[in-house]
Amino acid sequence: MEDRWKNHADMENVMIKVRNLHKKFEDLDVLSGIDEHITQGEVVVVIGPSGSGKSTFLRCLNLLETVTEGEIYVDDELITDPKVNVNRVRQKMGMVFQQFNLFPHLTIMDNITLAPVLLKKMTKEEAVKRGQELLERVNLGEKANAYPAQLSGGQKQRVAIARALAMDPEIMLFDEPTSALDPEMVGEVLDVMKDLARSGMTMVIVTHEMGFAKEVASRVLFIDQGVVMESGTPEEVFGNPQNERTKNFLSKVL
Amino acid sequence: MGKDEKRMAEWAANFSDLFYKCFIREDRYKLLLSGIGVTIKVSLLAIVIGILIGMVIATCNLSKKKLLRFIGGVYTDVIRGTPSVTQLMIIYFVIFATVPLDKWIIAAIAFGVNSGAYVSEIVRAGILSIDKGQTEAGRSLGLSAFQTMSRIVVPQAVKNIFPALCNEFIVLIKETAIVGYVGLMDIQKAGDFIKSATFIAFMPLIGTAVIYYVLIKILTLALRQVEIRLRKADAR
Repeated sequence: MEDRWKNHADMENVMIKVRNLHKKFEDLDVLSGIDEHITQGEVVVVIGPSGSGKSTFLRCLNLLETVTEGEIYVDDELITDPKVNVNRVRQKMGMVFQQFNLFPHLTIMDNITLAPVLLKKMTKEEAVKRGQELLERVNLGEKANAYPAQLSGGQKQRVAIARALAMDPEIMLFDEPTSALDPEMVGEVLDVMKDLARSGMTMVIVTHEMGFAKEVASRVLFIDQGVVMESGTPEEVFGNPQNERTKNFLSKVL
Repeated sequence: MGKDEKRMAEWAANFSDLFYKCFIREDRYKLLLSGIGVTIKVSLLAIVIGILIGMVIATCNLSKKKLLRFIGGVYTDVIRGTPSVTQLMIIYFVIFATVPLDKWIIAAIAFGVNSGAYVSEIVRAGILSIDKGQTEAGRSLGLSAFQTMSRIVVPQAVKNIFPALCNEFIVLIKETAIVGYVGLMDIQKAGDFIKSATFIAFMPLIGTAVIYYVLIKILTLALRQVEIRLRKADAR
């Protein structure tokens, strides 16, 4: 059984494999058995009502939450094994937070180069060069020496994306990246994410931006009550939802 | 000469006489000067020890391991629940009774042990004041818990707790006025000694107070400069 799984995974180039994932907070079941495969280059957009467990699902993927039950494989490595080196696993996965979480005591450049230099992925010079490239990519080339407090929300989030990319991750996780932004700044962040998606990055995005989901997602997951209620292409999920709950949710947000 | 002027002159003569008897005669000012040296030596070493112990105990108190939290809790509880004179005497006459260390070093250890309990609470509060998102961002980049703490959380926490730490240092310096109990001649003890030798209470005690006040004023002004520099980084 185990081997068959592995072969199957290799064939489809599965990067993340989630089996029977459960997460409990005290007595509250937040995730009640999620099974999911995410293949290389896929852009998976996770939607669902608040409190449905979609953010928790994302946070379990890079072990910011400890999993109560079930398994998560990344590149065929069982990362929910307690013996696994969590820090090494996380280097493969960039994470972008709703509240940006830039380091306020460091310049933009130091925010970006801190991890690659500290983890000896690059020398300081290489990291600064790469950092500058990434800043250009998110259209903030001139902000290298600024401090986070001097940036707008949209700029902060673009720096946060550049910071995550500096570790050359295989997968990027986005936890409601535009929810804390003023409306006029949502577009600039989504543009960077679209650009990233086009470049072939594997992405898992929790968001309320349905327009973005329709345009960019290769697959949409609808999570409610801790389980995946519906999964399919944006056309399928938005155009012809099968599940009653999905229909109900979409009728409210579209 | 009017009546008031006469009184004033008498008072001045009396004052300078007292001053002479207490501080100049028999080179008594030298006692106070060496007392200042002792107070500064003991305080500085105690501050260093207090910070080190404070960081260790704060780490224990914030740990996920129950045993470490228990140890940290007992430490803080016992130190806060007993007078520092008692602690000083227990450390000096019981724990270090047979250890061949200089008196002032043992005293500094005692004050450091005491201060550590208070510093640990300040440090703990400082670390808790940093948003959890900072730790999550650090860990999500692949940094270890220690790297995240030392490069991201602590540098931000230091700025927040600096005023509280300064306060603790000042309390500590004044607290050292009890080292006379273990036979060290600090400022307080020197003043007391002069009082006994001259049978004059006013001049040596006021002198002692003035010396402490000036020492602490200098420290306060210096620390304020450091704080201003720390805050400047915020304005950028």
